[in-house]
Amino acid sequence: MASNSSKYLAANRSRLLKDRMARWGVTLGGSMVLIALLMIFFYLLYVVEPIFRSVKVEPLTDFAAPGQGQTLALGMEEQGEIGYRFDDQGLVTFFAVQDKPSQQRQAGQVLLQQQLLDAADITAFDATLPVNNRYVYAMSGGRALIVQPKFSVSFPNNERLIEPYVEVLNDGQPLLIDQQQRQLNQLVYEYDDATMQFAAVTAAGDLLLTRFNANEDFLTGAVTLEASYQQIPFNGVIDELEMTPDLRQLMVRRGERIHVYDVSSDGNVSERQLLISDNKAMGKITTVELLAGASSIIIGHDSGKISQWFQVASDEGRNYQFIRSFDSGNSAVKALVVEYYRRTFYSVAADGELNIFHTTSEADLYHQRPAGVAVQQAVIDPRANHLLALSDGRLHLFDVDNEHPEVTWSGLWHEVWYEGYPEPQYTWQSTSGSDDFEPKFSLVPISFGTIKAAAYAMLFAVPIGLAAAVYTAYFMSPSVRKAVKPTVEIMEALPTVILGFLAGLWLAPLVEQYLPGMMAVLVLVPLAIIATAFIWSRLPTHIRSKVSDGRAALLLMPIILLVGYFAFGMSPLIEDWLFDGNVRGYLTNELGITFDQRNSLVVGIAMGFAVIPTIFSIAEDAVFSVPKHLTQGSLALGATPWQTLTRVVLLTASPGIFSAIMMGLGRAVGETMIVLMATGNTPIMDWNIFEGMRTLSANIAVEMPESEVGSSHYRILFLAAFVLFIFTFIFNTAAEFVRQRLRDKYSSM
Amino acid sequence: MNKWFKTGKPWIWLTAGAVSVSLIAVLGLLLLIGWRGLSFFWPAAIHEFQVTAADGSQRTLIGEVYDSEEIPVTRLEESGVFLENYEHLTVERYLVKIGNREFVPLDFTWVLETSISADQQPADLAVLERSKDGNFYGYVTDVLENGESVVDDPAQLRSLLFERIERAVALNEQATELEEGEINHINYQLNELRLERRSLELKGELDATAEQRIAEQQAALREQYREVEKHLFDFREQARRDAVVMRDMRGEQVRIPMYRVLDANFPNDMNVFEKTGHFFAQIGKFVSQDPREANTEGGVFPAIFGTVFMVLLMSIIVTPFGVIAAIYLHEYAKRNAVTKIIRIAVINLAGVPSIVYGVFGLGFFVYMVGGSLDQLFYPEALPSPTFGTPGVLWSALTLAILTLPVVIVSTEEGLSRIPSSVREGSLALGATKAETIWRIIVPMASPAIMTGLILAVARAAGEVAPLMLVGVVKSAPMLPVDGNFPYFHLDRKFMHLGFHIYDVGFQSPNVEAARPLVYATSFLLVTVIIGLNLTAIGVRNHLREKYRALEQ
Repeated sequence: MASNSSKYLAANRSRLLKDRMARWGVTLGGSMVLIALLMIFFYLLYVVEPIFRSVKVEPLTDFAAPGQGQTLALGMEEQGEIGYRFDDQGLVTFFAVQDKPSQQRQAGQVLLQQQLLDAADITAFDATLPVNNRYVYAMSGGRALIVQPKFSVSFPNNERLIEPYVEVLNDGQPLLIDQQQRQLNQLVYEYDDATMQFAAVTAAGDLLLTRFNANEDFLTGAVTLEASYQQIPFNGVIDELEMTPDLRQLMVRRGERIHVYDVSSDGNVSERQLLISDNKAMGKITTVELLAGASSIIIGHDSGKISQWFQVASDEGRNYQFIRSFDSGNSAVKALVVEYYRRTFYSVAADGELNIFHTTSEADLYHQRPAGVAVQQAVIDPRANHLLALSDGRLHLFDVDNEHPEVTWSGLWHEVWYEGYPEPQYTWQSTSGSDDFEPKFSLVPISFGTIKAAAYAMLFAVPIGLAAAVYTAYFMSPSVRKAVKPTVEIMEALPTVILGFLAGLWLAPLVEQYLPGMMAVLVLVPLAIIATAFIWSRLPTHIRSKVSDGRAALLLMPIILLVGYFAFGMSPLIEDWLFDGNVRGYLTNELGITFDQRNSLVVGIAMGFAVIPTIFSIAEDAVFSVPKHLTQGSLALGATPWQTLTRVVLLTASPGIFSAIMMGLGRAVGETMIVLMATGNTPIMDWNIFEGMRTLSANIAVEMPESEVGSSHYRILFLAAFVLFIFTFIFNTAAEFVRQRLRDKYSSM
Repeated sequence: MNKWFKTGKPWIWLTAGAVSVSLIAVLGLLLLIGWRGLSFFWPAAIHEFQVTAADGSQRTLIGEVYDSEEIPVTRLEESGVFLENYEHLTVERYLVKIGNREFVPLDFTWVLETSISADQQPADLAVLERSKDGNFYGYVTDVLENGESVVDDPAQLRSLLFERIERAVALNEQATELEEGEINHINYQLNELRLERRSLELKGELDATAEQRIAEQQAALREQYREVEKHLFDFREQARRDAVVMRDMRGEQVRIPMYRVLDANFPNDMNVFEKTGHFFAQIGKFVSQDPREANTEGGVFPAIFGTVFMVLLMSIIVTPFGVIAAIYLHEYAKRNAVTKIIRIAVINLAGVPSIVYGVFGLGFFVYMVGGSLDQLFYPEALPSPTFGTPGVLWSALTLAILTLPVVIVSTEEGLSRIPSSVREGSLALGATKAETIWRIIVPMASPAIMTGLILAVARAAGEVAPLMLVGVVKSAPMLPVDGNFPYFHLDRKFMHLGFHIYDVGFQSPNVEAARPLVYATSFLLVTVIIGLNLTAIGVRNHLREKYRALEQ
């Protein structure tokens, strides 16, 4: 007996345990819903967050600068392992900038040192734009020596080994820049596939332009250089020279004036424009550099201000224009360092402060002496992850964390003046074929597109959806209602890809062809309905009583079909009569309205049909569940059914109707496939109903598969998704709150 | 009249009109898709038009009338076409599909009704379905074997033709079987060996014996491959034997190799029964064959398979979570703030745009989870990703989150319909809450769970936007299920009916030719989804009736 009861007890204990475990499990499973939603929220945020992170500059190593004499130029290879230095003793020195024990390398260790020329021979020095990665010494006798630091990468023992070497161009021989062999005091050099171009200033102050064209012998493959020399007339003392890497422009600075010369493809030089910097506002010019892509000039001033200029199309052609200025503090700008690919630049101030800016986003990213180091000279590696700074004979390597300088909150939502554009504007253009391209991330046009699409859809869906809901819930006979409600609701289940396909390939050409008919339908159908109602009210009672009031909707179906058919049949006639047989031509020529085949009207209709069932279903529920005693009371007091509807039913159900519209709006905002297929997806900002748009969701669908993981573009697309999430979250939560309160209200009535 | 307006009657009629418009839209849409989708399979008559051009020259057009439209004469005149002795304001024109893609610049051409001087439908006109360059229209004039005519009696022409086509099709099928079966299997094994070698190398366990073993296996497989390849070439060679000679609309004799011909028809010579038979045969082909020519011809079998497989996988994931969440909300949750928040979370999960799920799925599942899985379990395949790339598993998971609210809402509705007397009775008899739920409530609610699942499946089958990011492709060379171990390849990409519609309708090079196929695919998808929804509604109504009876 005792053993029996203990057995029972044990069995019960295990049952209770199971019960408790089930409770825990189910509770956990229930909260999974919440966890899933939170996970989506926080994951989107986690991906988006880095674009708003501020720049971090962390010291990594520091060591005495190898080599001799004064530094002419510093450089780094792209992995940030090896740096190099050109000095005024004619030496190029390669050194490790980070410790790498596996290859017995320590920071500061010299890996390769090469004497390029005699120190006494050097008269001037210049570096090309960072992407072009060449350095040139001007030598006595009007000659120039071109040097390119190179790196070979191999993988012995599955580890990356980078070894530097130097290539001296023209088989190590200097090129003759001045035929008269005068000394060159200043030199600037750039090159492209077939041409090398030099501009130089002689000791006497003459400005020279020298070009070398490479000609390849078809038979032997031997390359010969064909030189052309010319002197450009110029009066005054030249302070600085710059040349664009496409070899088409030469800039000569004299004090606060910059002369811009055009160099034609066959080498003819003509002066194009004279830029005059505002001395009072900006101070004296200290240095001029070309930004990555070489479309912009950035000018450093002794007031600490930096100005950006680029070419803007105007009546006199494309001229340089002052665009914007940056403030790097009160100390004069000593040097400007540009990045390889992005529009980010670094400025070194006379007081040793390092400043980081991004031009397009007007971002002011960093102002500080990094880790207390007074910077005299600096250089950034091609990937913009490492910065090498010279300070009192020591080199300091910094880790730079500046992943997304091109994205700022204001850049996303305000007008931005992009390179080459005539004025600031909202533009979304994330990619292009060219490397010099500056990505344009403005969320305004695509957010506008989203709102436009949703607005036109709602314009179409709200009247029809609500009216249909009111009639179905309030006037329709129950037997008909039982069939009508699921029929309309089944539309919600239709895949939107099918609606989009029909809108794009069937409706859009139809609308284009029968535009007048389309417009006529909008006018004629309501008129026909009222006319039918009027005729019906005049019909003898015995006919009317055969069809109950609740079946008016069915009665109207053939009439609407007939009117629609009539309107479409009339369409070519109307077109002929009113618009000279060509509506599109009329719209474009007479009214100046652009007409796209896949336009907002098509999207409005197609997406309207996707939204109608949502609005219909919720609003119908709300109207239907208005307590019967309210309506019956109103009718008993002598109000007509219409009065009861507008004054009692709609008022009572208004929160539910609001909730229906919110839900519908939420759906319209997030809809992807219909917009993707039924519009041209051009990000334009125009309310024109005959033009398309690009929405947030369609933009994600189009661009996400092509964006590089972790890039600014990728994160901005996540931001777009996050914006959509927040939008719909607000709509849905508001709608749900209102609906719950309404339910409580009804239950208390 | 004014008084009549005051009664509000016209406004009531206007609201009724809104219902009519909605109904017309729904039914019209379904009819349109049904009509266009099904007429694709019906054998269309082939016309032989004599067309007179503006300069008086005559030419013959052979093809199907594809579409027709009325256009205003004025528009024609603007484009430089003037019709003489024509009184009406509009004129009808036909879009004719003339096929024969390799001989004409465009396989569709517009013909004005007024320029047609004769229209015949000769019974001898044939349409050849081909594996390349689309349909061929013309008269069959000869059947060749090794370049020699085999037709002695013109009456036997058709039977000879069908016989030879059958032979070529059978040979092609055998060749494809070899390719998809044995050759595919050998390639798969070779790849596995390569991965095994790399894996051993990474672990540092690649010694001489292992290397030799792998090399031997590879050599054996290659030998086997050569053997199979010989068979394959043999089949192809045999299929090359025959050809058919056709006279096309230019009046020229064209020789078409038989291995390119899939089927031949004489639609003008068919009676209604034959046409019906052909209609169903075409439907059968459509659902069972692979697509051809960049998806613009052939069937949609891989898309159907991909959709069904992904949806099944999703159901397996979503059902337990959805049911447990519903049970929690209805049976366990107290009326407190947390419950309220969870309910709002459910509503929001249902309302978040599907593309956001796609973005989340791509970032979280594919790159984060998939990327980590690759690092941990598939280092040998890196840098080419295994799970760190969009695939069917991630699609199923993403859609599982998307359809979770559907299952929850439906299941909860079912739970709320079970009378509380049932629960109380079970508890009074001594069952624990867990036992009550597991043994009594869940079985009773199972039709509701079923309903939820059906609705979820319908939703998932139609969803395209998120899938475009997490795993769907326009053409998947391999199905996610095949004869190679482990048989289910959840990392593979797949084809999907909805995406197929988007892709063929909007991204294909020849949209005009592909359009009927898109309608047919749409019809298939709509049929499946409406069918599923109607089933769900049916099950739900049945359930309501049942419990109403139980309560009384």
